[in-house]
Amino acid sequence: MDLRYSEAEEKFRLELRQWLADVVPKLGPKASSLDWPARRTYDTAWQRMLFDAGYAGIDWPVEGGGRAASPVEHLIYLEELERAHAPYVGVNFVGLLHAGPTIVVEGTPEQRARFLPPILRGDEVWCQGFSEPGAGSDLASLRTKAVRDGDEYVVTGQKIWTSHAEVADYCELLVRTGDDDSRHRGITWLAMPMDRPGIDFRPLKTIAGSTEFGELFLDGVRVPVANRMGEENDGWRVTMVTLSFERGTAFVSEVLQSMGFLRDLREMAKRTGAWSEGDVRRRMGHLGAELDALWALARRNVSQAARTGVPGVGGSVYKLGLSELRQRIGEFGMDLIGGAGLSWDELEGLDGAGPIGNADQVNTWVHGFSRTIAAGTSQIQRNIIAERILGLPKG
Amino acid sequence: MDFELSEDEAALAQGIRSLCAGRFPLERLRAAEGGDGLVDAEGWTELADAGVFSLQLPESAGGIGLGMAASSVVFEELGRALLPGPILASHLASYLVPDAADGAADGKVMVGAVRRPPTSGTEAFVPALVEHLSSLGVLIVVGDDGLAAVDPADVDAVRIGRPLDPLTPLWRVDELPEGRPVGGAEQARRWRRDQAVLGGALLVGLAAGTLDMAVAYAKEREQFGKPIGSFQAVKHMCADMLVAAETARAAVHAAAVTIDQPGVGDPERAAAGAGLLASEAAIKNGKICIQVHGGMGFTWEVPAHLYLMRARVLSQAIGPVGGLAELVAELY
Repeated sequence: MDLRYSEAEEKFRLELRQWLADVVPKLGPKASSLDWPARRTYDTAWQRMLFDAGYAGIDWPVEGGGRAASPVEHLIYLEELERAHAPYVGVNFVGLLHAGPTIVVEGTPEQRARFLPPILRGDEVWCQGFSEPGAGSDLASLRTKAVRDGDEYVVTGQKIWTSHAEVADYCELLVRTGDDDSRHRGITWLAMPMDRPGIDFRPLKTIAGSTEFGELFLDGVRVPVANRMGEENDGWRVTMVTLSFERGTAFVSEVLQSMGFLRDLREMAKRTGAWSEGDVRRRMGHLGAELDALWALARRNVSQAARTGVPGVGGSVYKLGLSELRQRIGEFGMDLIGGAGLSWDELEGLDGAGPIGNADQVNTWVHGFSRTIAAGTSQIQRNIIAERILGLPKG
Repeated sequence: MDFELSEDEAALAQGIRSLCAGRFPLERLRAAEGGDGLVDAEGWTELADAGVFSLQLPESAGGIGLGMAASSVVFEELGRALLPGPILASHLASYLVPDAADGAADGKVMVGAVRRPPTSGTEAFVPALVEHLSSLGVLIVVGDDGLAAVDPADVDAVRIGRPLDPLTPLWRVDELPEGRPVGGAEQARRWRRDQAVLGGALLVGLAAGTLDMAVAYAKEREQFGKPIGSFQAVKHMCADMLVAAETARAAVHAAAVTIDQPGVGDPERAAAGAGLLASEAAIKNGKICIQVHGGMGFTWEVPAHLYLMRARVLSQAIGPVGGLAELVAELY
């Protein structure tokens, strides 16, 4: 076991750190979380900067236009971006982490040339059309229908939990092309242009009062057959290919970001005097120890990916542990700020030292509830761990 | 950076696992329940020959000259095997206080350790409980400001009739002798730190052992015409055990490597966090293991309780989890 970085890895880190130190302070203020067009502008401008500096598609293979960084370099990349408080992947998430990697592996040369460069440059934004009102954890039961009509598919159905659809150019869409009961065997992957007639998007208001995702209604939307990735009815396998791109680096930024959050909480507790209570210190130390352990687990998963080329099942352990920990960190913050946690509006402290930071606490706590649901619920993660790692029989 | 076990580390773990399975199977250990809770002298020598006590003693002093990472994989296996005896203190003494622990490295002398009870606070009224006293050649008393070596013959002790762990005999000592100083505050700090990591490794072994037991039982035990492991309520308990064990294992390994490789992190913080999470994982998994076994889990026959009680013993040895958590908070 070795936690030291090689000379080449340190060089990579140093170059990146210098570049970030140069560009990040010059970035303009972040866009309001409620203003999607402004968020698109901000996020894609950052993506363009990454592209120009040679850091776009850091983990993508060279043939896809990426940098083909090793899993360890990818980890360093995420670590440095977090350390520099660089912008998050934002609206580029689906393109860079889902659709793009799928096209790299499954696309024809024409499809790669058409779709990949705009993703890397931040010119085109993607959204995801996987889940449906009737197909959540059981994704293979999806019913959005695509019927072949000449060189087009005609798509009708409904998708849900689609993020930033209102500013997306394309949607990676899973549709039913087989019989109604064909499950995994009758699904096809399409790149649906979002400017086609028949697409209606209705935002859903979250418990945070924001509109981070919504419902996508598709009524006779015509998608060129040329936009199909892989064969008809082979979309389930095509989708799973993306998972092989995951190299244990998912959610790494969150662990590092949470460490900073915890340190901020300590400063706040010292300011309010809560730090003199042993229970507060012990809770914080416990959460800190858990974050340190997850950071260790992340490095283990990445090391495994570097050795074998696949991340292994450690990802589920990590995802489950982190998402539940984030909720407890949120609860700790709410307990610490007391009554100030009843206000989403930022409050000024009476000690003249400026804002209390309550908005941040409330936001972290409330968003924590989505962590154990999105990207596979904690219950599904436990099933995966029990069945695939521990070999317990399927129910 | 490669945080997977190296080939050598994996081979070392495998070697210890085979040694334990062949030489110290649980049935044999259980035959000694309520006795001195030891492997026989020959067995202790075999452990010494396998390097269990001399792993971190420098080669120039006749040891193997490895570090905490190697020790952590070895101690996880010893924990998994429920190996009794003062293995941890004998190991620590061989490289931390070699002058006071002559014969520990080659298995000729067993070394024990006990924390000097605080003179004030809630724990001040509890007498010291010393493990394995009758077998010890030396007892190391770990204080806040230093380490002292005590001759067990000088200790006025009363044997506890029913120790919580039937494989860890205990003696009540109302007054610990001052002993001979063998290390200052820095040595004492190192002792506590390394003890938290390697005690943590033993605890991870316990957590992994109960996980294996619970999963094996869940696959075999049938109710409602199916293995109980096919029910999500049981599956999820097992999954939680795995998360606890894997997270604690990563923490223990990271702490060990952080001590071995200066500059990769804060060893004190890593050690305290590792001890804390390993304690919790072992106790939690012991508890769930009993639950998964149902009524059988509450019987003496099923060894789930042995893992849980050992977890309590080790958790006490490495320090109260509250103190470990406060240390992490301070260093964060």
